Amino acid sequence: MSEKIHIPVEKEYLVNNVLLNESADLPVEVEKILRFVRKDKVKHPVIMVGTGSCGLISGAGETLLEINKYLLDRDIKADVIETGCTGYCSLEPVVDVHLPGKTRISFKNVSAEKLPFLLDSMLNNIVPHEYVVGQYENPSLELWKDVPLIGELPFFAMQYRNLMKNWGRISPHSIEEYIAAGGYRSYVKTIRNYTHEEVCDIVEKSGLQGRGGGGFLTGKKWKIAHTAMADQRFLLCNANESDPGGFANRSMIESDPHRLIEGLVIAAYAIGTSRAYIYIRSDYITAINRLEKAIDRAQYYGLLGYNVYGSGFNIDIIVSKGPGAFVCGEETAMISSIEGKRGMPSPKPPYPAISGLFGKPTVVNNVETLSNIPAIFENGPDWFMSLGNKTAPGTKILTLSGKLNNQGIIEVPLGTKVKDIIFGAGGGVPAKKELKAVQIGGPSGGFVTSENIDIPYDFDSLASVGIYMGSGGMLVLDEDCCIIDTVKYFMDFIQKESCGKCIPCREGTRRMLEVYENITKRPVDENGHATLERFKGVMQLESLASVIKDTSLCGLGQKAPNPVISSLKYFRNDYEEHIFDRECSAGVCKELRLFYIDVEKCTGCTACAPKCPVSAIIGTKRHPFFIVEEKCTGCGICYDVCKFNAISVK
Amino acid sequence: MDYQTSAILAKYPRGQSDCLIPILQDIQEEYGYLSETAVVEVGRHLDLPSSKIFGLATFYNQFRFEPRGRFHVSLCHGTSCNVAAAPEILRELEKILKIRPGETTRDGMFSLEILACMGACHLAPLIRVNDNYHTKLDPGSIGDIIDSYITGEE
Ligand SMILES: Cc1cc2nc3c(=O)[nH]c(=O)nc-3n(C[C@H](O)[C@H](O)[C@H](O)COP(=O)(O)O)c2cc1C
Ligand code: FES
Repeated sequence: MSEKIHIPVEKEYLVNNVLLNESADLPVEVEKILRFVRKDKVKHPVIMVGTGSCGLISGAGETLLEINKYLLDRDIKADVIETGCTGYCSLEPVVDVHLPGKTRISFKNVSAEKLPFLLDSMLNNIVPHEYVVGQYENPSLELWKDVPLIGELPFFAMQYRNLMKNWGRISPHSIEEYIAAGGYRSYVKTIRNYTHEEVCDIVEKSGLQGRGGGGFLTGKKWKIAHTAMADQRFLLCNANESDPGGFANRSMIESDPHRLIEGLVIAAYAIGTSRAYIYIRSDYITAINRLEKAIDRAQYYGLLGYNVYGSGFNIDIIVSKGPGAFVCGEETAMISSIEGKRGMPSPKPPYPAISGLFGKPTVVNNVETLSNIPAIFENGPDWFMSLGNKTAPGTKILTLSGKLNNQGIIEVPLGTKVKDIIFGAGGGVPAKKELKAVQIGGPSGGFVTSENIDIPYDFDSLASVGIYMGSGGMLVLDEDCCIIDTVKYFMDFIQKESCGKCIPCREGTRRMLEVYENITKRPVDENGHATLERFKGVMQLESLASVIKDTSLCGLGQKAPNPVISSLKYFRNDYEEHIFDRECSAGVCKELRLFYIDVEKCTGCTACAPKCPVSAIIGTKRHPFFIVEEKCTGCGICYDVCKFNAISVK
Repeated sequence: MDYQTSAILAKYPRGQSDCLIPILQDIQEEYGYLSETAVVEVGRHLDLPSSKIFGLATFYNQFRFEPRGRFHVSLCHGTSCNVAAAPEILRELEKILKIRPGETTRDGMFSLEILACMGACHLAPLIRVNDNYHTKLDPGSIGDIIDSYITGEE
């Protein structure tokens, strides 16, 4: 039987020797033990499986079962550990093997079927090179021959991993591993030694800006709430992650939940509250489970609750499950939602820091903002300042998706050039296609094109080209993607998610969507005034955009026109093509396609005609058929069913 | 299905309005949807008119008002999946199942829902049927996937 091998470290040991030891360096003998706890060194083989959402969906769950079965069948003594995501999602499921005395080595795409072969080889000290990602450098261990170092792979080389330091390395289920990796020491030190004001000062000095998109100085926000007169204050962590393409906050919680909790409790101490909420989207089931478990463990370690380690500080964390609404990412809407109402925003001022949840001063911070806090206290505000650029210190987690070779999550210093990110870590566009645009910031963001792709990724630089940074999503579009369709998608999303409270947003986004629907649709009857309406609509897009921007109540409406404005500026040609030529060269706007039947090739087999949903195909059996242009909606069904390649796009 | 909301309501004895969303979430987790009876009972417990509760529940994407099918199909329509043909997958699903998102087929076999990013954009486009994921889909394969659940059930 594969028994679990645990290094005998107890809670008391970690609390007394690590958490309550406030010197910068721990004694050598403690450090030696911690090395085993965090699996830098192992006494038995350790097998680690990445089980973030990306891993689980790629089949990590089956791989995990297979590992346990493998070890059980062969009676091998080894530890099996679930880790978070490494960030390199396109290689999932990732399995790491750590043999005693050797460095830890990482393998890619290890499905359940491939697993026995992988372990057969590795347990016999043979490296199956076809699956290797790389090995983790560790000066005290022997390196594997001919295996690249992980840190030198292009995907990792340009990254600076502070927030993601533990990702894929320690288990998100284990508070012991987090503590052994240096966790919770800043927190205990902070609440025992600093005043509330000092904590706010340090964070303000670090220059940390909110990562939820707005970029407001975090330390300043805390100060406002801390100095506001009130009998009660609240702290809310915004984990709603409402961007429909964003998954960074989710991965942060799935891969390193304790980092968020540590940041959260330091923030709670700074503003002087005993109640912190984490508002997390209800469909983030894995993340919620890990978070709740992590909170339980922290409670067990006495890090939460009443009078933490005799400091006089009390703290409770409440996980509040957001029932799914984009607008609830907006802070005032989120507050309404926690109060048990519809998540509708209210006008600011008063800002939540003055009057928020139940009318009390409330600080709302993003997951990533809070996760930055522990390291600021560990390494000092000057260290944080030295990362990133002058106007925007620190690092930022980005999600890379779309038409990219390497998809996943990365962390880079703010101010890194978009081009370096896309062609460095991202590995460029696959299949030798041309890059068309990089969509940044989701439905509140905009496009960067190959002309201005040199732009640094930070709040101000992006704002200078009309992009709101948002959640850190980067979606790469190649020549086969249609800008108009992407903008239409965002409009459709925003229009559905608009809470309906203010007219410019409710009605305005609906009108904008209609314009996009008009230009991507083939009117059945072109002789009415549809054409005229189409032109008029597009001409009015710009003024409509500026009205919505200026008059909407909350950020949702104010930022909704961003993709429209940005695309109008950089992709005029795409608009013209859709409006005047009535075609979509990327072939995405299906309704603009027209099909025709090649009389030479058509055998009159009648396969297509009955399939046509609008009966646009006519003809007699064994004679070439014909498509009635006016009726054709361009769905492409006939194209798919034709066995003789007789149907093509005009 | 018979509704036994009293056990859930008993967990929230304070009966304050900030319990409303958690109560509805618990009910939905237990039964898969919010029935009229449940909403009325919750209203009685919290002393709120049912119209108010419906008003709140319909505002949020999470709540459903029809029972789930035996196979609950969730389609990711996040940004990446949109670029990778999610709309076509949706069209196929609607055509094959003859229902729209939020609805359940008459025989109670399938229900359909749309989600935002599931966090596996590198596998776009994808759907989840109960706990199984089907990834890197091509619209033509949807029919076979649905068929496999129908035959598996027989
Ligand atoms: C429509 C809308 C959606 C938002 N969604 C989010 C979100 O998903 N996550 C987030 O942290 N902030 C979101 N924000 C920003 C929040 O209102 C708020 O500024 C932020 O949580 C503050 O935290 P920070 O200072 O740490 O950035 C959103 C804002 C708007 C207007
Ligand atoms: S958009 Fe579908 S998984 Fe991310």
